Amino acid sequence: MNLRRLWAIVIKELRQLRRDRVTLAMIAGIPVMQLVLFGYAINLNLRHLPTAIVDEAQTSASRQLAMDMLATDIIRPAAHATTAEDVMALIHRGEISVGIVIPRDFERRLARGEPVAQVLVDGSDTVVQSAAAQLAQLPLTTPATERDRASIPLPRAPISVVSFYNPQRVSAINIVPGLIGIILTMTMVMFTSVAIVRERERGNMELLIATPVSRSELMLGKVLPYGIIGLVQTTLILLLGMWLFGVPVRGSAIDVYWAALLLILANLSLGLLISTRAQSQFQAMQMTFFVFLPSILLSGFMFPFEGMPLPAKWIAEILPLTHFLRLIRGIMLRGADLHELWPEVLALLAFITLMMTLAISRFSKRLD
Amino acid sequence: MASEEAAVIARGLTKVFGDLVAVNAVDLRIDKRQVYGFLGPNGSGKSTTIRMLCGLLTPSGGNIDVLGMEIPRQAEALRRRIGYMTQHFSLFGDLTVRENLEFLAAVQGLAAAPARRRVAELLEEFHFSGMERQLAATLSGGQKQRLALAGSIVHGPELLFLDEPTSAVDPESRRDFWEKLFELADAGTTILVSSHYMDEAERCHRLAILDRGTLVADGTPAELTGSLEGRTIAVEAQQPRRAKATVLGLPGVISAAQIGNSLRILCESGDGIEERLSRALEEAGLQARLTAARPTLEDVFVAVTTHRAPGETAKTP
Ligand SMILES: Nc1ncnc2c1ncn2[C@@H]1O[C@H](COP(=O)(O)OP(=O)(O)OP(=O)(O)O)[C@@H](O)[C@H]1O
Ligand SMILES: [Mg+2]
Repeated sequence: MNLRRLWAIVIKELRQLRRDRVTLAMIAGIPVMQLVLFGYAINLNLRHLPTAIVDEAQTSASRQLAMDMLATDIIRPAAHATTAEDVMALIHRGEISVGIVIPRDFERRLARGEPVAQVLVDGSDTVVQSAAAQLAQLPLTTPATERDRASIPLPRAPISVVSFYNPQRVSAINIVPGLIGIILTMTMVMFTSVAIVRERERGNMELLIATPVSRSELMLGKVLPYGIIGLVQTTLILLLGMWLFGVPVRGSAIDVYWAALLLILANLSLGLLISTRAQSQFQAMQMTFFVFLPSILLSGFMFPFEGMPLPAKWIAEILPLTHFLRLIRGIMLRGADLHELWPEVLALLAFITLMMTLAISRFSKRLD
Repeated sequence: MASEEAAVIARGLTKVFGDLVAVNAVDLRIDKRQVYGFLGPNGSGKSTTIRMLCGLLTPSGGNIDVLGMEIPRQAEALRRRIGYMTQHFSLFGDLTVRENLEFLAAVQGLAAAPARRRVAELLEEFHFSGMERQLAATLSGGQKQRLALAGSIVHGPELLFLDEPTSAVDPESRRDFWEKLFELADAGTTILVSSHYMDEAERCHRLAILDRGTLVADGTPAELTGSLEGRTIAVEAQQPRRAKATVLGLPGVISAAQIGNSLRILCESGDGIEERLSRALEEAGLQARLTAARPTLEDVFVAVTTHRAPGETAKTP
């Protein structure tokens, strides 16, 4: 490993990158676009969601509750239903997004401080879900509690939200840390895999391999500049996430960057491995998506990891994004530190070592 | 079989791609300080041979000794001592002229200060002063090739492989280019250069002609043309096109090329061919004057690369 040669390659990559407007635009554009799209889609305060209300109690208090809910403007009555089963069928058919069921024993529940009503939502639509969550926050029980403040304990969760199809209740806060992982997985693998294949396509590779430059210099020289770019993207997402959505960083920021760096290196080395196999930029892109899709679907970003069948879990354990998500959610949302999450760190380090070794050994300084 | 005086020795060099024998048992010897020409039609295996000699392709058979090193086993050590200019432009189009040379200097292991001096020297010597900040992709074809040559000698290699270095260069610049090559050769560099130009071939100290992967001629330009003595005949005729049709049907005629109002005929051997030609032309009722012509390298090229199955008539080059 000759540092001067390594440095020459890094400088060359950065100079080329500076002149590559499309890639430059993607470096900033992909994070901003994804964050805004995902984040706002989830955070939108929706109004007038089609709703069916079933009031089985038919007391004045229960009617008051239903009126208060309608008064929020979040929901509007859209269908008639008389039982909870009706409501579920309506949600199932997509005719309503929200169903509100006030049970027969409403008054008794109110007295005991149990949940007094159920808001059933179509959880497959995260927009609806967050709107319904707002609904459940309403101080609906206030009139009831005022009546007899001394004897009735305030229910802790006055209205329980049962969401179908998305039991994890993904929200912007949950999404942003995951998005760091998604964006880094998408851009990092793509950049490196294409970077080497492009040189092969343009004929630069024949020149490069005829020089004394070593395989590891060539590989590391590609990884380092993109690693820096990955950290820039991480910063961009974090800042936007905090600014737009108030996403907390409960753990240390340094730990967040370490976790991001691990994922970046894992993806870059995977990209390099792809580039040693792909014959064209198109093939490199295809192989990138071959990795990207399972990452999105199986890593726990979209669907809860716990609910997946065993083989899917095994595949997920191989993917760097799975481990990163556990790390980043732990650090950002639970305030954990990197040491507590050592198995994930170890898994990522093992992945990086394996991929880098494979990439360097599979890269040949020959044309055949 | 390393020798003090040979830069390259190859024996039985063979490369097979699937069913195609791209290079077939080629023996080569290139002496030091020589400018060695590599000729052959498209697809004859020139680039493939050069790539094997630089250790970029693994031979299917044969031995290679370059600068006393066994290739491909010692290819890595060889890379510091050779320069290779690829057939297609392989510098970075999105780097400037200067950045390309800087990159190559660093990659070739020059320390910072010598690298700066060397780049300045090359920019000057290759007439890039004033365009050093131009992106390589925007250079003209000839300028690109000049830059590629400069790039291949950044580290002062002992041996230079140039694969069709002048394919996009105008005649004037081609002369300059060759001046450069001879300067390098005088300074002790051995040069292997492939080309399609006969005037360039004439300038080489020694030549090899490849055809369909086989070495079909090897020698100095004088030796090669000398072997054709008596086999080239010029025909001055009133109706050159008809004369050409007539002579092409004759056994022993390899090719007939029309040059203005005369024909240049290449034959398989010189024995009595002149009489047979003039008889045939007379019988066809054509007035013609035959004279012996001095063989050129083009004749050599045509003679060794024209294929005729037995009984088939000659082709027009
Ligand atoms: N990587 C490869 N795979 C398969 N066939 C190849 C490969 N490289 C070269 N060939 C074939 O080998 C033969 C020789 O090719 P080569 O490039 O050496 O010819 P050349 O003499 O340099 O031709 P030109 O004058 O057109 O540059 C050609 O038929 C070519 O198609
Ligand atoms: Mg060629």
